[in-house]
Amino acid sequence: MNGFGFKLSPSSAINLDKIDRTLFDELCRIEPDALRCMACGSCTATCTASGLSGMSVRKMLLNLQRGKVNETVRMISGCMLCGKCTMVCPRGIKTRRLILTVSRLYKKEEQV
Amino acid sequence: MKEIIAIIGGGIAGMEAAAQLLKFGHAPIIIEKGERLGGHVARWNRLFPDLTPAGELIERLTEACKEASIFLNTEVSLVNRLRDGYNIVLSNGITISTKYILMTTGFKMFEASKKEEYGYGIYNNVVTNSDLENWFNGNRDERIDSSSMKTIGFVHCVGSRDEKAGNGQCSKVCCITAIKQAIELKEMYPDAQIYCFYMDLRLFGKKFEDFYTKAQRDHGIHFIRGRVSEVSENIDGKLIVKAEDTLLGKPLKVTLDLLVLMSGMTCNPDSSRLASMISLPTDSDRFLKSEDNITHITSSPKKGVFYAGACTGPKTVPETLAEARSAALDIHFKIQES
Repeated sequence: MNGFGFKLSPSSAINLDKIDRTLFDELCRIEPDALRCMACGSCTATCTASGLSGMSVRKMLLNLQRGKVNETVRMISGCMLCGKCTMVCPRGIKTRRLILTVSRLYKKEEQV
Repeated sequence: MKEIIAIIGGGIAGMEAAAQLLKFGHAPIIIEKGERLGGHVARWNRLFPDLTPAGELIERLTEACKEASIFLNTEVSLVNRLRDGYNIVLSNGITISTKYILMTTGFKMFEASKKEEYGYGIYNNVVTNSDLENWFNGNRDERIDSSSMKTIGFVHCVGSRDEKAGNGQCSKVCCITAIKQAIELKEMYPDAQIYCFYMDLRLFGKKFEDFYTKAQRDHGIHFIRGRVSEVSENIDGKLIVKAEDTLLGKPLKVTLDLLVLMSGMTCNPDSSRLASMISLPTDSDRFLKSEDNITHITSSPKKGVFYAGACTGPKTVPETLAEARSAALDIHFKIQES
């Protein structure tokens, strides 16, 4: 049963029909800041870890809204909680608190 | 007897409204705190999207409103409400009694030094959009070194859409102004690499989108979707700018010879001061609140008080002129009714 020269890869496409929003809604209830990002990228540009580990608060919020939970949890493990992103955010989002809450809420989810 | 209308602010809105009111046979009085008419536009070099010299517009307006009474270097000290009008006490000692006030107090430019991370007033090669126009007008600026213009950056939204700076609103005209200034610099320095750092490009007006396409296609100006997070200086005195290319999701840095900050429009503190004297309401963006933001943008909720131009929010030049004409017409009909 081999020799076809190809294999099936899982699709990386986002399927909005299959996203469970319960946990993100819960996040927004605890941290209303989660809905205030306008994706300017200041956080990532100033992040000490972004160049090395790909950490990005902007991507974290977008990924969660698109159902990419595992990627997000892996990504935020690269955060050193230095708080530079909080200083540059034009929306005044408390990014460190947000990262900690995401970590607390979603880490359980990942193991499932 | 001719009806007196007090126009507070001698920028383009005040001048255009005065010109229209004169045509209707009324007696407008322009009160201007500066030493000349024309406001911000008089300090500008050329206007988008046709690169019309700002001076031409100011000349035309000056001619059209020259029959109005004009008080320069004059501020409003006090406004008293009467039963059927207002008493306006001016800093030159004159008091105007009128039934009609037209607020054309405009906007104040955001002070770029408040965003310390961009280094305005700290590093040598950081200027604002307004400094650049001043330099286009032929005035010297030691921060702009013509002999070294290899890489130039523009930061959009400086003090706009910025809740930390207390200005949540979009200033509307900075996107197109950055594109205009980038094209102008590219024409002067064809070998320069020019980068525009934007969050969203808002090109809503007539021919704005054409102008943007032209900047990319004909002038090779680079557009990067990401807000500059910080600026620093290297040992050679060049600027190092950090941003995220949010479309690629990668942090990015570039070394620049000149950085231009697109300072936005904020509400004029003079408007707020006057508003508190005659209890005019301010909107959630802190600009003056119109009677209705769709149907009655030039009317205030107070009898006899009208608005035109950027005192109710950021506006382009043609929008401001159109509002000035509209307010003049409103005032004219109110006078005829009474």
